[in-house]
Parts: sequence; structure tokens; C-alpha cells
Amino acid sequence: MKELTELEAPGLREQLHWFELDRRDFLKLCGGGLLVCLASRPALAQRRREGHELPKEISAWLSIDANGKVTVFTGKIETGQNVRTSLAQQVAEELRVPFNSITMVMGDTDLTPWDAGTFGSRTTPTMGPELRNMAASARDLLAQEAARTWNADAKALTVADGRVTNPKTGKSLTFGEITRGQKLTGAVESEPALTPATEWKIAGTSVPKADGRDFVTGKHKYPSDIVRPEMQFGKVLRPSGFHATLVSVDTSAAEKMPGVKVVRDGDFIGVTAPDLLTAERALAKIQAKWNVPPQISNAELFQYIRSHPEQDGDTQRNQSAPAQSSNVNADVKLDQHYTVQYIAHAPLEPRAAVAEWQDGKLNVWTGTQRPFAVRDQLATAFRIPSSKVRVRMPDMGGAYGGKHTGECAVEAARLAKGAGKPVRLVWTREEEFTWAYFRPAGWIEIRSGVNRDGKLAFWEFHNYNSGGAGIETPYDVPNPITQFHPTEEPLRQGSYRALAATANHFARESHMDELAHALNMDPLEFRLKNLSDDRMRAVFQAAADRFGWGREKSTPQRAFGIAGGTDKGGRVATCVELSVDPSDHRIHLLRVVQAWESGAVVNPNGLRNQMMGAVTMAIGGALFEAIQFKDGRILNPHFSQYRVPRFSDSPKIEIVLVDRKDLPSAGAGEIGVVGLAPAIGNAFFAATGTRLRDMPMTAGG
Amino acid sequence: MADFRLNINGKVLPVRADGQESLLSVLRNRLEMTGTKYGCGEGECGACTVLLEGKPRRSCRVSIGSVAHSRITTIEGLEHDGKLNPVQQAFLEEEALQCGYCTSGMIVSATALLREHPQPSEKQIVEFMNGNICRCGTYPRIIVAIQRASKSTAEGSRA
Repeated sequence: MKELTELEAPGLREQLHWFELDRRDFLKLCGGGLLVCLASRPALAQRRREGHELPKEISAWLSIDANGKVTVFTGKIETGQNVRTSLAQQVAEELRVPFNSITMVMGDTDLTPWDAGTFGSRTTPTMGPELRNMAASARDLLAQEAARTWNADAKALTVADGRVTNPKTGKSLTFGEITRGQKLTGAVESEPALTPATEWKIAGTSVPKADGRDFVTGKHKYPSDIVRPEMQFGKVLRPSGFHATLVSVDTSAAEKMPGVKVVRDGDFIGVTAPDLLTAERALAKIQAKWNVPPQISNAELFQYIRSHPEQDGDTQRNQSAPAQSSNVNADVKLDQHYTVQYIAHAPLEPRAAVAEWQDGKLNVWTGTQRPFAVRDQLATAFRIPSSKVRVRMPDMGGAYGGKHTGECAVEAARLAKGAGKPVRLVWTREEEFTWAYFRPAGWIEIRSGVNRDGKLAFWEFHNYNSGGAGIETPYDVPNPITQFHPTEEPLRQGSYRALAATANHFARESHMDELAHALNMDPLEFRLKNLSDDRMRAVFQAAADRFGWGREKSTPQRAFGIAGGTDKGGRVATCVELSVDPSDHRIHLLRVVQAWESGAVVNPNGLRNQMMGAVTMAIGGALFEAIQFKDGRILNPHFSQYRVPRFSDSPKIEIVLVDRKDLPSAGAGEIGVVGLAPAIGNAFFAATGTRLRDMPMTAGG
Repeated sequence: MADFRLNINGKVLPVRADGQESLLSVLRNRLEMTGTKYGCGEGECGACTVLLEGKPRRSCRVSIGSVAHSRITTIEGLEHDGKLNPVQQAFLEEEALQCGYCTSGMIVSATALLREHPQPSEKQIVEFMNGNICRCGTYPRIIVAIQRASKSTAEGSRA
């Protein structure tokens, strides 16, 4: 079994463009330019977090100007998950300054400390404490500076509202008067005195979204909105299928167009023009023939991943043989399989980048969850040191795990180099649906046994391809067997909000429901009978209480389902009410109650927003989203063909927030998506007696 | 290329462009009015919604040649003298956004909705807004925000 850690998960085996010139196996220089290739697999080690140490100097994270304006620097990025606000709240809390005095500088590789990226719900549990420690240390430092000025004992001074006061003398100094805009010289303490969550005044409250007004007036500049002097508009010629090789190309007609520049670099071909329409027309004039190798389609997908264990170089990875648990005695035994299809993130802002070369330095503005990784990707692609690349990440229009990579930035930079001018490249919706990466499809097998008393006797769980997140059962069972089997990847695949936790919860929580029904036991009662995790029990109970679980029996008109689980240090339970159309078995989702707990809550309103959004997003994968593919082509790369949740799909959603001020804050951006699909499947079974074991559960909704 | 004089947000703006170029592209790429967003270019997501003569239209599907004499309103034209329109104000107060990329299109569409139906039912809101996609999934909050804007407009007009 391969361990798949959160930090590994973002790595993609397959780069869209792989410029790394020192890879000896396939690279060559052609005509002094760069060869751009599809398909390469960085070794696992390359995907791991590199040996970066976070800076210990306070000044790397914080500056306070003479007017007391505070600037905080973090490599984390904002894409709607509200961390620009929640991180600033935590700094304000520990530094003892008003929230509005803080400006967050985020995801700028020249200004902020290195960061692995914003994923895995890690911002709140890791960057939160990092910044709190830093801010508390800065607060102590400022008190010490004031004490030195007054020749007083720092411990006797009070710090509040951006100033240090000596209660004995009544004297006080603002932070701005202490720093006078000078650098704060001091180190982050390893264990400064932090304010406990029970005493929070700014953290723990529903501070409105930072810069909210800029979003409702259209003023906020997203990556695709950036403008540079003399900026050109780029387009990239896409192959007619995945893994294609270029047979022939004629760019002469495009080259003749006024203002158009054709950029050719091996199989990479793009154009730039002074306006977008001209660039689009120039691209359309390029005649290219591609050779696309035969590739599988949806029809062969699950057979393929079950029969193609991951190849590592020339050797086949050790594929653990399915372990045998069938010899364990149990009153009831079940053996079932579950599937999930490939789905797309489809962020409303597609991949976008503006690239500008200036005096040998590459400046890029792009939408990515990993600005530093994109910086390094650019440095590698153009064989320049990372110090010659600056990546800036303006708060972008959605990511959901889908923007870990920098392919659009690489393309824009290549075009800008060719054009000799700044270039903006925004992927079309079709490009985003086709050339980004997908949430992995998966095949999951569960063999289980349960006794008449309702206790699990054995549990054996195998996930093929979709991933290892959320794969461990939270239920009590002796010697569970849990394995993730990496396989060859039919499509380019990578992170997606909650990773495989969605697939693994769908399988596990559907299966638990099957076991409960096999025992004629209430599904909630059955779960609680096998659950000793108090936090998990508490969210199940909270969701059930609000929902009114068990008050009525399910009918096709009003059917009820429940599911829950753990992810990223949090706990979630979801109850759904739905009706099933008797004529076509169409599901109408009526009501969702979701309870969750992720430690001490930093911003209740922001969290509710996340949780409601997660439920809404999960409707798509549960009911109708699926990428259709054949012969290296995506067959539904448009919103008219790939249905995403809309207003009319949205049920009543009630969020029950369990705030545990005694526990460290966990990230909550992902956990909200995992409970919905199995709860829907379980309610559908309650309505119809038919079990749905494939996501999406209805073709086309 | 031809010269156009577009009537946008009450101002006449000269633009030199191909008449086939989309209004969305002209707004974003020639006039640097980037509040209107590209989401799909196919009229399927609503991110690029603007008002033409007060009616919501997908600016990605409108050529500038066809709107040379129309009154065009974009998200940038909804705020007056530093005062947000009721829909903008309600979106802010309800925090009916996450990444905010759909927000311009949502607000412009909802502004049109409230002009047509000052007190819309929830069903009317859903039907009117269903062409606008929010991938962050803030639909329930947007519905509440539109109801709030409707209420505040009604109260405002009574006052």
C-alpha cells in the first residue's frame, strides 16, 4: 500500500508542458528553442515538500509603519475560502490591533515567505498558529521596546488596541511610535503566550470579508484582469487529442496577419496579437495535423484501472494482492463495489496568466494555489534561477484543488518571450475542461461482516486509483484492512477539494447503510453502535437532532438518509431529505442538514458560507457531473454539456456549527463535501429499495 | 476595424474595433472595464452579464456592431456617488460571495430581476437567476440577498 500524504497529493504525474531540460530520458534541444513534451513523471520524491524552512525573523512576516498600519506577509493565497480575512483576524487578535489596521500580502514570491501552497485545508491548522506565534512574539517585542524607552518592566505593561501602556504612569506609545516604520528585529518565539480561543475578541467572530466592497463593485482585479503596458493577447494551439504528436503544421497564413506573432517551440505553437479577436482568428488560420494514439473511453474506465497497476519506470509497482478477510466469522457478510467518475473543477475563472520579461527577469501574475511551485516551474522551463522569477497571485476566481499547476503561466511566459512584449493568456472554458486535470475516477471494493448485535466483525477496503484521503474507517472494527492501489491514469488527474475522501466516504457510508438495512437496524443507531470517537458521535447527534432524524418513516415522497465521517482533522455528519419521481426515478433534493466540527471556529459566518458552498458543490459530483471521454478527447467540455449545480438544484441547507474552543482550529474548506453523496444514496434506497453505488448517481440529473 | 461610440454607464466612449468583436472583449480588453467577467464565452454561465437597455444580456454573445446605439450598463455603473445599489449592498451584507468571480454577473442579473419583479417570489428568483453559475455554491445566500435588496428597495421607496 502506498501512503498518500496531503503534501504529496497535489503533485501531478503528468505535466502538460515539461520544460525540464536536464531530464536525460527524452529531452533534446531543437533549433535553440525548447522542446515541449506531454507526459513525464517526476519521481515521487520531487513531489514531496522540499527542504524549506519557514523564516524565524518576525520581519519576514510582519511590518508596522509609522502610522501603525500593519502588513502581514504569507505565501498562502485567497480564492474564496476567506483566509485573507480569517488569518488577519488571528494576527489582529494576538498583536492586539484593530482588524482594519491589517493588510495581508499573500502569494507573492518576492515578498512573502516560501510556502508549499494552499491546499489540504492546511491554512487554518498550520499558517494560523504560525502567524499567531509570530504576532504574539511581535507583541512581546513591542512591549520590550516600550519598556526600554521607559526603563520599565515589560511584564508590567499592557498591550491593547495597537498601543503599549504603562498602567503605573499612564504613559502609552502606539505601535507606529515604537517602530517608526523600522524593521522589527526579533525572532518568532517557539511558544509565546497565545490567547486561548475562549478569550478571543476578534478571532472567533464573524468579521466581514476583507475588501468585500471591491467584489460587489467589480473593482477587484483577478489574474485575468491584469493589464500591462503594450500587453498582447495570446492563444495556444491545442492538439486534437491527448498524447498527440505533431505531424505537420502550416503557420504561414497566421504569420501574414498584421500585428500577429507566431511562436513555435517544438510541438508548442501559439500566437500573440494586439487584440483577442485577432489572436483567435490567427490561431484559426493555423493548419496542423496531429497523430493521436488510441486511448480508452468511459466504457473501459473501471476495467482499465483494475487491471493496470501503476508502472514506475520499467518496473511494476508492488500491487498488494487483495487481502483475504472472508474466513472471519460474521452473521452477515457483504461484498460490494462502488465507482466514481472523473469530474472537473470548472472554476468560473479559467486558468489565466499575464507574463512580462523585463531585463532578464520574468514577472508573472497568475491564478494558482502554489505560487512558489509555479515560480520554480517557470525557472525550470526557462533555465533561469528562481530568483529571476516573480509570481504574484491576485485573489482568484475559484480553484477547488484544480489550480496547483502553472501550465498557463508557462505558456504565457513562452509567448511573451517570443513576442518581446507582455502577454495575457486566458484559457477558454473548453481548454479548462480539457487541458486542466481531473478529480481521479475510482473503483472501490468493500468486504465486510457484521454480527446480529450490530457490531462490525471485519472490514476490508480497497481503493483503485482515486486516492487514499479519508480512506481509514472511523468505526470500531478489529484489524481493518485498508488499501489504496495506485494505477495507471487514463486521464491527467490531480487534487480536487477533499481529494479521494469524497469517493471513500461515498463507498464506506453507503456500505454502512447496507449493513444497517441487512440487520434491520436504524442507520444512525448502527453507526453509533460502532463509533467510540466522541467528536464523531457529537456531530452525528447534532445533525440528527436538527434534522429530526427517526421521527418519520421514509416514503418515495419524503425519504431520509444520513452519512458522516472525518477529514482533515474535522468531523461531519449530513442528513438529507429528498423525493423520488415515481415515473423516472429523478431525485429532488429537498433539505440538507449538515453538522460539522473543526475545532475552535475562527470566523463563524465565513465557515457557514464554506460549508453551504461545499454542500452545493457536492450536489454535482453526487448526482450528475461526469467527464465523458473517448480517443484522447473530452466529449463534454462546455457548461451546456457538463452540468454543474445551479440555483434550481439547491435545496434548503441548514448548517449546524459545533464550536470546540478547547480544540485547535482545523481547516474546514474540504470536509463539507464528503457527506452529501452517501446521504443521498442512502435516502434513495430508503425511498425505493434500490441501492445506487456509482457516482454520479443519476445520468444527467 | 471601425470606430464606435458606445454608450456605457451614461458616458459615450469611443472604441476602434472590429464590429464582430464581442462586447465582453471590448469592455475587458479595450476599455479596461474588467468588472464584467469571462466565464465560458458561450452564454452558459452568466459571468459576463450586462444590461442592454435595462435587460440582462450575455456580453460574450453580443457583437459591438449590434449595440452601437444601445444603452449599456455594467457592474461599474451600478454604484452612484459612492453609494452601492441595493443589490450590491445586500450581497455585501449577506456576504453572498466567496471567490466573487460570479458576483458581477449575479448582481447585474439580480438588478434586472428587481426592475422586472420588485418583489419576486423565491421561484421567480430561481428561474430568473438560473443561467448564472456560482461554483463556490453560494446560491442560498444569493437568494437571501436578493430578497433583502427587494425589501430594502420597497422600504426605501416608502420612506
